[in-house]
Amino acid sequence: MDNPDRIVITPPGRLNLPPWREIWRAREVAIRLAQRDIIVRYRQTIFGIAWVVLQPLAGAGIFTIVFGVIADLSTEGVPTFVFTLAGMLAWNLFNGALGRSSSSMVSNQSLVQKVFFPRLLVPISSLASIVLDFLVGFSLLVVLMIIFGIAPGWQILLLPVWIVLTMLLGVGFGLAAAAYLVKYRDVGYVLPWFMQLLMYASPLAYALSAVPQNLRWLFEINPVTWFLEAFRWSTLGTAMPPVWQLVAIAVAGPLVFFLGTLVFQKNEREFADYI
Amino acid sequence: MTSTADPAIVVSGLGKTYRLGAFGERPSTSVQAAIQWLRSTGKMKYTLFDALDDVSFEIPRGEAVGIVGRNGAGKSTLLKLLTRVTAPTRGRIELNGRVGSLLEVGTGFHPELTGKENIFLNGAILGMTRKEILRRYDEIVEFSGIEKFLATPVKRYSSGMYVRLAFSVAAHLDTEILAIDEVLAVGDAEFQRRSIAKMREAATGGRTVLYVSHQLQTVQALCTSAMLLDRGHLVYSGTVDGTLEAYRDSFESFALAQSDPKSRPGNGKVRLESVSMSDEFVKSGDDIVIDFTVPRSKKLIGTYFVSAHINNDQGAVIAQCDSRLVGKWFDPSEPQSGRLVVRDLWLKPGQYTVDVYVCQAGVLDAWEGAWRFEVLPDLPYPEFSESSSTEKGLVFVNFDYEGR
Repeated sequence: MDNPDRIVITPPGRLNLPPWREIWRAREVAIRLAQRDIIVRYRQTIFGIAWVVLQPLAGAGIFTIVFGVIADLSTEGVPTFVFTLAGMLAWNLFNGALGRSSSSMVSNQSLVQKVFFPRLLVPISSLASIVLDFLVGFSLLVVLMIIFGIAPGWQILLLPVWIVLTMLLGVGFGLAAAAYLVKYRDVGYVLPWFMQLLMYASPLAYALSAVPQNLRWLFEINPVTWFLEAFRWSTLGTAMPPVWQLVAIAVAGPLVFFLGTLVFQKNEREFADYI
Repeated sequence: MTSTADPAIVVSGLGKTYRLGAFGERPSTSVQAAIQWLRSTGKMKYTLFDALDDVSFEIPRGEAVGIVGRNGAGKSTLLKLLTRVTAPTRGRIELNGRVGSLLEVGTGFHPELTGKENIFLNGAILGMTRKEILRRYDEIVEFSGIEKFLATPVKRYSSGMYVRLAFSVAAHLDTEILAIDEVLAVGDAEFQRRSIAKMREAATGGRTVLYVSHQLQTVQALCTSAMLLDRGHLVYSGTVDGTLEAYRDSFESFALAQSDPKSRPGNGKVRLESVSMSDEFVKSGDDIVIDFTVPRSKKLIGTYFVSAHINNDQGAVIAQCDSRLVGKWFDPSEPQSGRLVVRDLWLKPGQYTVDVYVCQAGVLDAWEGAWRFEVLPDLPYPEFSESSSTEKGLVFVNFDYEGR
């Protein structure tokens, strides 16, 4: 008797939980958008895949020179370049997820203004190219680890967990930012600047132990530290981070994602009016 | 299964209110928003604008319904609400079936992707599942007639090919309800003919079609019923002929409202003061002379241009007279009184309206329905004949047959 195709539209309430079933049914949109992002990215850049390899390599290279050679900060016995590259991969995963998802609504505004589909699919689809970049960078890291003879322990099995948690954290913040970016475009200028500050304030190219004791607490409350440390522990076999940090990231990831989704969903239905 | 007696769309008490900032525009940056918030001492002040208010109607299955109204009447807002692009502020919409929308052909097309890739992307965005796209893929390709170029990025397509491909995808959308917003107005004659045929097919195939347009003629040709919106209210709903009559009757009240510059669209840096013709009656073949005055404005830097449209009572623009085409620009630092003289336009007898737009980079003032005149029923031709000799065509022309 109840028509499954019946759709009732009412004004948005205060709390909009994501319509998971509808999102699942419209998954083709996310798949095609992700495909578009990846195709366009590799077709438009001259270097194609080389670019994706070059980016983390050059980044890790310059960090190695600045933090490893000039400042001579400790990297817990791991070659600075490998240490930095691992940190950079984790950071790029977080930063990419945050940056891409936050700007995804505005960069797809012609779609948002004209057709309906669950908006959450847009930021989700933007993650595909981040993951692809990560995989390319990660295979690079594996090669370097073999060259330098670094063998990870059993904790490598936990790596997928950290990857997922890092992305949840990034997307969570990104979703909340996306909702505000639609209304206030200057968020788009402030956010990259803030992310850059955050990058330097995080132990990306140096070990936490290189940080002076009296400043240590500042680094320890930084969620970026949590996943960087966990990531390196799993891959490079550096010292295991304190258990509270592992628990903190395990809680913060899903929590931030959930809250970010709520902020996004609360504004979702009015995006077309503001964008 | 649901009974076929179920209406396709039930709308009750539907309203959409836009919030505009206290100082005219909504703040577009967080800094502006914060400043506004501080200036108004913690209370966000804003003006409200009802794009749509208290609209209720029911559409039975299989109807092709035209939604007509002047600019700013709320047609597009209504369509956006029905297609869920934006959310209503009040009221309720019940849709019995999936809604597909053709708000613009080629939505989501990416220039770097090939034709084939774009078919899949566009199909997904329009709401087709993978299976549906695969099932109709061959038909789409065949309908578009560009099999040879499917592996070419669409940025290399001619605009004609682009539109053909885009329309082919959209035309194969199999939703129970189809919403169309003036897509028929674009494309060449062949494309328009095909899209009209496709729309007829959709409506006769038992689907419910919503068609928003300025072009009353296409509404007349395609729709089985229609509704008229006027400044956010549903003023008429019923037969197509009844709607068109109501549309013509609504001109008076519309023109009255538009004569107040504050209620007109455009950024208002320059506003027209008056638009007039010496007479409300014109003989076909005579020059049409429109005078307008624009006061001095300090808010605008650089010259502006004026574009006047002459529309028939079907809402179709018969002539666009853009001052750029004749190299005429106006200086805002001086009060201007301009005159537009239209020569050699032989209008057919009937009611005509004049819209005048003042523009620079954007629209400064859009005064629709600034003037109305009537073309008297005497013909500009030397001979008189039965009505079948004049009933076709939008305008008369100066022609001759030369015997050999």
